[in-house]
Amino acid sequence: MRVGVVTFPGSLDDRDAARAVRLAGGEPVALWHADADLHGVDAVILPGGFSYGDYLRAGAISRFAPVTGSIVEAARGGLPVLGICNGFQILTEAHLLPGSMIKNDHRRFVCREQQLRVERTDTPWTNEYAEGEVITVPLKNQDGQYVADERTLDELEGEGRVVFRYVGENPNGSWRDIAGVSNERGNVVGLMPHPEHAVEPGFGPDGAKGPRSGTDGLRFFTSVLKSLVG
Amino acid sequence: MGRVVVDVMPKPEILDPQGKAVASALPRLGFDQFSGVRQGKRFELEVDGPVTEEILAAARAAGEQVLSNPVIEDVVAVYEEQD
Repeated sequence: MRVGVVTFPGSLDDRDAARAVRLAGGEPVALWHADADLHGVDAVILPGGFSYGDYLRAGAISRFAPVTGSIVEAARGGLPVLGICNGFQILTEAHLLPGSMIKNDHRRFVCREQQLRVERTDTPWTNEYAEGEVITVPLKNQDGQYVADERTLDELEGEGRVVFRYVGENPNGSWRDIAGVSNERGNVVGLMPHPEHAVEPGFGPDGAKGPRSGTDGLRFFTSVLKSLVG
Repeated sequence: MGRVVVDVMPKPEILDPQGKAVASALPRLGFDQFSGVRQGKRFELEVDGPVTEEILAAARAAGEQVLSNPVIEDVVAVYEEQD
């Protein structure tokens, strides 16, 4: 299964995302912001970073990249798309996901190991998790405060589209502790924390088996492979 | 050459962390007259010719579609800047 990982000017975690795909057993395919061709991939990941230096607004300029146009079209047709951190911001700017991100309420960059509750497991990116399962993955952002108007938030909760919620301390002031959401169909998922940094023993957050043993993020990538195989 | 100004502000119901930071810095410099600060963005769009109604309409559209994100921001003013 071929999973595309997009590189924009200023992407930082594209290699980590590609590595996560490989560790899960898939074939990562590098996609370039200026190339509208998706090269026949079966799913797409928009990685974290500071595309276009966060100019204008985080993710705002990337929305107009040629590759983003192709992704928006394919996503409407059902292609599984995952946006991580800056990738999530791009998906909201591209109107594939509702809401937006503003600066953290405490105004500082935050970098920590974060607990999340998985609340929706029928998406191609979360089907290997148990509903209500609490996972730990790194979180690192400046503009991570998820906001949307009350009606949108009620709608998201009513339709079960809050995919991840922060557990314990809310790290950035996100409304209703929302860490990640999906579109109606569930094929497009975005979240601020970074599952791709918790996929390999020795390099992840602290876990049950000791320091840096946490690999809770790996199942994002095995999930999408499983959903593609059907 | 003409110039159109587009002013964008965070929506009133959205907390403005930058404005809050500025508000808390002001009294430290002796400016204790201000009870709140909100920080927005000002865009200056330049055109080669005069600023016509069409140019203003295009600036309004750009303000809504690109320069602001309607989820978190409002375009509060679009006007021609006189030299």
